[in-house]
Amino acid sequence: MTDFVQLWVYLSSTPLFGLTATLAVYVLAQAVYERLDRAPLANPVLWSVVAIGVVLLATGTPYPAYFAGAQFVHVLLGPAVVALAWPLWQRRSEVRRRGGALGVAALVGGTAAAASAVGLAWLFGLPDDVLRSLAPKSVTAPVAMGIAERIGGVPALAAVFAVLTGIVGALSAKYLFDALRIRSWAVRGFALGTASHGIGAARAIQVHPDAGAYAGMALGLQVVLTALLMPLFF
Amino acid sequence: MSALRGLALLLLLQAAGEGLTHALSLPFPGPVVGMVLLLVALQWPPVREPVAAAAQLLLDHLSLLFVPVGVGVITHLGIVARHGLQLAVIVVVSTWLGLAVTALVLRGLQRDDDAP
Repeated sequence: MTDFVQLWVYLSSTPLFGLTATLAVYVLAQAVYERLDRAPLANPVLWSVVAIGVVLLATGTPYPAYFAGAQFVHVLLGPAVVALAWPLWQRRSEVRRRGGALGVAALVGGTAAAASAVGLAWLFGLPDDVLRSLAPKSVTAPVAMGIAERIGGVPALAAVFAVLTGIVGALSAKYLFDALRIRSWAVRGFALGTASHGIGAARAIQVHPDAGAYAGMALGLQVVLTALLMPLFF
Repeated sequence: MSALRGLALLLLLQAAGEGLTHALSLPFPGPVVGMVLLLVALQWPPVREPVAAAAQLLLDHLSLLFVPVGVGVITHLGIVARHGLQLAVIVVVSTWLGLAVTALVLRGLQRDDDAP
């Protein structure tokens, strides 16, 4: 047993652990997701996060030790966001035709999400720094952190809310759209990218290429709108 | 090889985006500026094939890239637990409202092409 503990202590202190755990657990979660016909509740981000989180907490491994390896996956988020221009470019004439409507929908929808989050937090009497960390939750985690910092929130908390928002959207959007009889893949994808940023977009890409393209554009648009407008309100 | 050339190009554009945001103190993150730069660069045909290959690779596995940040939730379990129910209501209600309002506004503005 002590041998195992020593081995664990060694492994968990090298970047190999975080990288291996991230890839291995995700590959497994993705396989289960495929087996279940990509059911929203089997979302691979959610279950990978839960599985790795439980292992870290159970073994007392600190998050930075995990991140030392996981950062090699994390850095690819940057070029992935740049790459979102590709599906958009492929649909450029269609996007240009819809431009005005897309801008209005992004602005109104993004405002509805942020205002309702802040309003409810105020109603519940949550601490001011928590309230300010909730405001940018519709944009992808790294961006939400930067905006939260500028408007007096807690960056790490903003990242947590952004991740939870993304997961809630990815899990439930299908049922909500079905209930509202929204059938257009473009509209469904655009709404997912607006309200649930990259995690929503990742789900949209898996469901339909049109949904993915519009989700990618929506998340970019939401980042620009949030970064420009949110500091004006706080 | 094509995907690798594409990845190098994406990283270069991200770096250019980071440079621009710093130089002009723009409030946007570098990768989003890089995304706009790529839209411009795609006018030039030789970049299209490598970018398509790299984009396919990265975007097919976009979910994976959110796992490291997601696991970070464990660092704030305390506050999440303290205001658990209220935070759950806030996150769920505001996300649904955001999804529904965006979709309904977009559909309302272009009723004609709400085809699957």
